[in-house]
Amino acid sequence: MQEFLTYSIYGTAFFLMLLGLYAVLMKKNLVKIVIGLTVLDSGLNLLFVAVGYISGGTAPIFSPAVVGKHVIMTDPVPQALVLTAIVIGFGVTAVALALVVRLYRKHNTTNIDEIKNLKW
Amino acid sequence: MKKVVVIGSLGVIVYYLLSAFVAIPFGADIIKGVKEFYLQKSPDDLKVANVVTSIVVNFRGFDTLGEVTVLFLASTALGSILYHRRSQHSGLNPQRTSVEASAIVQTGAKIIFPFTVILGAYIFIHGHLTPGGGFQGGAIIATGFLLMLISYRKFFIKHNALTWIEAIAGSTFVILGLFGLIYAKNHDFLENFLPAGKLNDLLSGGIIGIIYIAVGFKVGAEITGILDTLLTVKETGLDPEEN
Repeated sequence: MQEFLTYSIYGTAFFLMLLGLYAVLMKKNLVKIVIGLTVLDSGLNLLFVAVGYISGGTAPIFSPAVVGKHVIMTDPVPQALVLTAIVIGFGVTAVALALVVRLYRKHNTTNIDEIKNLKW
Repeated sequence: MKKVVVIGSLGVIVYYLLSAFVAIPFGADIIKGVKEFYLQKSPDDLKVANVVTSIVVNFRGFDTLGEVTVLFLASTALGSILYHRRSQHSGLNPQRTSVEASAIVQTGAKIIFPFTVILGAYIFIHGHLTPGGGFQGGAIIATGFLLMLISYRKFFIKHNALTWIEAIAGSTFVILGLFGLIYAKNHDFLENFLPAGKLNDLLSGGIIGIIYIAVGFKVGAEITGILDTLLTVKETGLDPEEN
């Protein structure tokens, strides 16, 4: 069971990350490239949180139902890091979209093949 | 051809990543880090129920200050990339959408909007007791404003007010940190200097609640500003001066 969970959850995270990376590398539409970046972000965040999970653990909150009892709690450090990562990812996405809007205003297209000097 | 190369290299990457991460089985308690310290110190000394909040705002408070700065930089960069000249003929703002939303959407948005803002405020006020906090509450408040922005053509946001909210909230964060240098026990930046209170009380945790309220206002104002800037894009062709 644990073997299955390990492979399926880490596999999902890596699948999302590589899907995003694939979109960044292969897609021609700039908006799709930005969407790929956000998908990559979510895969990375899922991987972080999954690594911090402890089986049978509750959320690391000392609510009145939990205080005084001996309970297992999940690792709070990756969750705090992911909170930071989500906010930074939001900022990156906003600036990237602003650049896309700017390029669209200048060239009237979002296809990178039609914009000179943006091909690989 | 390019596709085959890309998919092949991504496959190699995923094979090695997965074989590395299988060494950490899902749910196994094998990462020995600072977890025990945080889980013990947060309810005992700081009296903060939510350990994630106490890490984000107290133990790693300087990091959060940098995070807020990154968000501020993103909104500033957005404003400078997508600037608009006000049209000379009329002093009006550029128009947002070409069509008005339907009456159902408008009425629904008007009803839901105040409740969304109240929910966001609840989430950032209770950031040290329940899941949530300043960033989440601010994002929820911004979704309320987004709903109003997309349903009403004439719903304009005063950017001066947003700037003032951001400035006051940001300086509250920094000034509370500086007070820690003077009044706190160890004289550290962003250290708690207020009485910690009782666990699971609303007024517990010292400066954490105040900082998260400031962060909530700041994030709400910043995301609202970003959404307003992104939505207010001229639709009729290009700027004549830009070509």
